[in-house]
Amino acid sequence: MAATPLVVLENVNKHFGELHVLRDINLSVAAGEVVVVIGPSGSGKSTLCRTINRLETIDSGRILLDGQPLPAEGRALARLRSDVGMVFQSFNLFSHKTVLENITLGPTKVLKVPKAEATLRAWELLERVRITEQAKKYPAQLSGGQQQRVAIARALAMNPKVILFDEPTSALDPEMVQEVLDVMTDLASEGMTMIVVTHEMGFARRAADRVVFMADGQIVEENTPDEFFTSPRTERARDFLSKILTH
Amino acid sequence: MEAFFDNIDRVIDGFSWTVRLTLFSALFSFLLGVLLTAMRVSPVALLRGVSTVYVETVRNSPLTLVLLFCGLGLNSALGLSLSGTVAWDVFWWAVIGLSAYTSCFVSESLRSGINTIPLGQAEAARALGLTFTQSLRLIIIPQALRTVIGPLGSVLIALIKNTTVASVAGLGVQEASRQMKLMFDQGIAPVLPTFVGFAIGFLVLTLPVGYLFSWLSKRMAVAR
Repeated sequence: MAATPLVVLENVNKHFGELHVLRDINLSVAAGEVVVVIGPSGSGKSTLCRTINRLETIDSGRILLDGQPLPAEGRALARLRSDVGMVFQSFNLFSHKTVLENITLGPTKVLKVPKAEATLRAWELLERVRITEQAKKYPAQLSGGQQQRVAIARALAMNPKVILFDEPTSALDPEMVQEVLDVMTDLASEGMTMIVVTHEMGFARRAADRVVFMADGQIVEENTPDEFFTSPRTERARDFLSKILTH
Repeated sequence: MEAFFDNIDRVIDGFSWTVRLTLFSALFSFLLGVLLTAMRVSPVALLRGVSTVYVETVRNSPLTLVLLFCGLGLNSALGLSLSGTVAWDVFWWAVIGLSAYTSCFVSESLRSGINTIPLGQAEAARALGLTFTQSLRLIIIPQALRTVIGPLGSVLIALIKNTTVASVAGLGVQEASRQMKLMFDQGIAPVLPTFVGFAIGFLVLTLPVGYLFSWLSKRMAVAR
């Protein structure tokens, strides 16, 4: 493991009513690391992802970002969130704003970057996610794949320390999955710290430094993608892989 | 109809008060309505409580009572005055009463609009690091407003008609319906044509509002 853990979860527990969705989660993610979280539906992997910027609160345990515990609320929490990018399954672009405005909103309103500078940077990011020709359009005029690439650009515009991807390709038509994964693969190879909840095993093999396998609210297994996919150590992981890799 | 047109100055004067009541009350109702809505969805329990109690109390009180409270209660009994001239003093009290009342309906419309905004919009705003107020001001309210333009049009039409209460509830603003009644009382205008004339006057105000707002609501609709 690298020396500087950027994100640390210590003994994190969370319940949804009776349901124990996160059980004693311990996870440490180093700067520059790409961690892919996989597991069956309902295993708690999305919830885990959402606790890291406190879109979900936790019942017990600690979450540290860059050595600092997550603030409970208010401005301190808002400031922390500006350091943590998030890409959602359902894109969640601001529907009343153009693509360009979606990307400049965070930098101008949260980081107080001058409008002209933010716009210049937005164009660079749009180029990076290969979508410059759509800049003046509204989200509803874009395909799912295009929307998700804009969402990635919106997250990048904040210069985050880490980006959380919560099933970024699950709501996409099959032919649009690749264009989003390509952008994510580029990011990974450029050294962005990423925590990715996904069902895309190809992406996990190709881009991940580490695979975290979750089931029933627990981290069951952690390994390099090669080791995990070729020789999973637990029965639960073998069972999961046999189900998804045979279809 | 001739007698009606002979008194057209009074008719126009009446409707000019109606329009003034409407414009000021609409402005203040809107501002207060937005504030009440922001309080209603805020994370602070006290603000939520105050807003809820206010809206539920005033919305469920008859407008006549609200205006009587302003006119007889605050203005006459307590002697609170808002202007040196009587006409403007009662006018401003009427505006306060109408705004206090109408803001509840603005707030309820807006709140129903907020409920139609997908949760993901607020989550994305929070995830970017926007504060609660920023996400409300920049993301949630602008989208909610666009979805409730139609209902807000109905609230405005109701407000235009409700200005007629301002003359009966102890305030005696010389608005259109008051002028009409005075014209009857003084026997200077035959009843039926005068009625028709004033009714048309109100339609001239309300119908365009309805059309304007449904046009706006189509134009401003947010595609998802």
